[in-house]
Amino acid sequence: MIAETGLAALWLAAGLAAYQLFLMTMALRSRVEVARAMRAVAVVQGALTLIAFAALLLVFARTDLSVALVFENSHSAKPFIYKVAGAWGNHEGSMLMWVMILSVAGAFLALFSRRTSERTLIAALGSQAALALGFYAFLLIASNPFARLNPAPLEGRGLNPLLQDPGLAFHPPTLYFGYVGLSIAFSLAVGAMFTNEVDAKLARAMRPWVLGAWIFLTLGITAGSYWAYYELGWGGYWFWDPVENASLMPWLAATALLHSINVLAARGALKAWTMMLAVIAFSMSMVGTFLVRSGILTSVHAFAIDPERGTFLLALLGIYVSAAFTLFALRGATLKEGAPFELVSRETGLVINNLILSVVLGTVFVGTLYPLFVEAVSGEKLSVGAPYFNAVAGPLALILALLVGIGPLLAWRRERRPVLKLLTVPALLGASALAITIIVVPSIGILPRLGLTVGAYLAAASILPLVGRNPFRAPLATWGLVVSHFGIAVALVGMAANTAFTSERLAVAKPGEVLSVGPWLVQLEDVTPMAGKNWTALEAQLRATRGSGPIILKPQTRYFSDPPTETNEAAIQTFWNGQLYTIVGKADDTGGWQLRLWWKPFVTLIWLGGALIALGGALALVGRLLRGRLRRVARGGWRRERYA
Amino acid sequence: MSRAVRFAPLAVFLVIVIALIWRLATPTSTFVPSRLEGKPLPAFDLGPGVDTKPALSTRDFADGQPHILNIFASWCVPCVSEVKVLQELKARGAAIEGIAIRDTPEDVAAFLARNGDPYDRIGSDPQSALQIALGSSGVPESFIIDGRGVIRYQHIGPIERSDIGMIEHKLEQAR
Repeated sequence: MIAETGLAALWLAAGLAAYQLFLMTMALRSRVEVARAMRAVAVVQGALTLIAFAALLLVFARTDLSVALVFENSHSAKPFIYKVAGAWGNHEGSMLMWVMILSVAGAFLALFSRRTSERTLIAALGSQAALALGFYAFLLIASNPFARLNPAPLEGRGLNPLLQDPGLAFHPPTLYFGYVGLSIAFSLAVGAMFTNEVDAKLARAMRPWVLGAWIFLTLGITAGSYWAYYELGWGGYWFWDPVENASLMPWLAATALLHSINVLAARGALKAWTMMLAVIAFSMSMVGTFLVRSGILTSVHAFAIDPERGTFLLALLGIYVSAAFTLFALRGATLKEGAPFELVSRETGLVINNLILSVVLGTVFVGTLYPLFVEAVSGEKLSVGAPYFNAVAGPLALILALLVGIGPLLAWRRERRPVLKLLTVPALLGASALAITIIVVPSIGILPRLGLTVGAYLAAASILPLVGRNPFRAPLATWGLVVSHFGIAVALVGMAANTAFTSERLAVAKPGEVLSVGPWLVQLEDVTPMAGKNWTALEAQLRATRGSGPIILKPQTRYFSDPPTETNEAAIQTFWNGQLYTIVGKADDTGGWQLRLWWKPFVTLIWLGGALIALGGALALVGRLLRGRLRRVARGGWRRERYA
Repeated sequence: MSRAVRFAPLAVFLVIVIALIWRLATPTSTFVPSRLEGKPLPAFDLGPGVDTKPALSTRDFADGQPHILNIFASWCVPCVSEVKVLQELKARGAAIEGIAIRDTPEDVAAFLARNGDPYDRIGSDPQSALQIALGSSGVPESFIIDGRGVIRYQHIGPIERSDIGMIEHKLEQAR
């Protein structure tokens, strides 16, 4: 019954989306009065998808094996939290979650958007309905999550044990909030281009959505990177894997959009560029979903290969994005650029920021898709690896980080003050970091050395917007800017330190043997069998010392019974100045055990930086929302404008 | 902004879409050339996978005849349908040896009783040691071994009914 309720809710929601689209054509042709009905329809549609998603959670929580999806992806012996997380740990469930977030976001837009004109909102809600409709069709036709099995099997097929991890249970939803949050920016851009109302007001309406989506993307990427780091047991934090790139590309586009939108909001300039970025950002989300879900790319995140679903998603992607770009091409001429600016101005700074981010985005995009095309043309299988991405994106990221220190100091329109003088202290810091690394560690690579240099410089430069004024009277948005930019410096230092200073030791050790890695002495004490709820394991006990008292680490190799899989559970000990990362592998014939040990100085700064970047976004978002509210209250009540 | 510039994003996007359509339409080759083809079988001497049949070792392949070496398991669902196809191949004269991965003799016996038994010999590989040495990443997988014990072909995934012709051709080539 529960599954049928979910399916019915999904069909109803699809019907309402079609109705919403119909209402839009009515409203835009003549009658703006239907706008209220449209808002109501959008809200009900969002509620229905919530019901459908709740139904899916419920069948998974109860392990209802008569539902095919539960049979395929769950198991009665699985811990409860992973039973629930299993609901979105598969293709159909994750697509339902995608659609749910899409239409709930639409409902929020209908409920709370008061910053755009009514006509633009109507067009945007129509665009949102069109997006939702395509994905409903995809779910109902090509990926029904509620399909039944008759007779019901006695036991499920389990879940990939790699996915039985709290990080992964919550990492995809976070990313999805980001991906799909960008749909609102897309719809608002399409709506405004349609009604010819691309202006500062639109930018201010769009900004909270972009900020919100961007915060979730940042958190999702940071969490995903940490998950890959400790769960895959490869000791790396970023692999330039196609699926990782699929999450990075929307983030890069959203970051660029976040900055250009400020120019539009403050100065009414960069209209066409901002609209195009808004379209591209969500297009990248869809491209990412297509790449991941069609199985067109081979990846360590091996998802099922399914050409039919791939074709369906590609058709949706093709229709939506080419419609938006066509609209852009037709309306681009009417997008009059706003206030002019001089060469040295904050506008110019943000344009450069956007150019660099776009080049990085293009690089990642080409690198991700290149193997596809080479294979199509020459039949040769190849993969574009980290060296390409690092070689191109690395230097660009450093240049960008260098400019991040300057941009926020520039004034709008024109800058006549000697701004570079302000950067004396940061520049000195960077220079001393460079000098110190040359003296102390002369052998490290050029990129990590420059990374440490620029990191030290930016850590100081990023704080400058708060210097010389009372920091507690600075707007929250300024605090957000400072915290985010400081986070970039922190992450940069973490990445550079990890590349430059990591020590690695791979050895076969017998119990009692001592290995050294970095400043640590690690003794293998014993290897003992262990058993968990649905796994057995071999657990090594390692005793690590560095001058003072010993630390015990217990890495495991786990064997899951259903499906039979083996995973490495790394044991990681975090210190203020780094992480000791240990993996135990197989035994060899002589009674020794494969051990892999890393000492990674300051590696945690990478994720701390990511968290700071997201925190800065959150501060800016709160600041923007509060200020908007206060301004409305000051103008004598915001109720009046509600249905204006 | 000139007309050409305004249409540029659309044009670029359409080119990408066309390329992707082309890519989806051409059947994807998931074929990864095996690094072991042309190499001799690793030396092994497995215990019996089931009590009623002889065990399996490298020597059993050095009889001058091509063999199909099938990696299977009683807990593997695709293996159930594959066994039917293997029986057909056996009826047409192929020699088929099995390796049971992470299995017990009782489970293997029950599996064979329920689904049919195409195997001449079955070896047991309780820790996947040989499977890894063979460069096999999953069950089922099959190898065609020529009469001198050299791997001639690796087949990833179940052998389907439609593969029978191809497998017989490979066996013929390995003769």
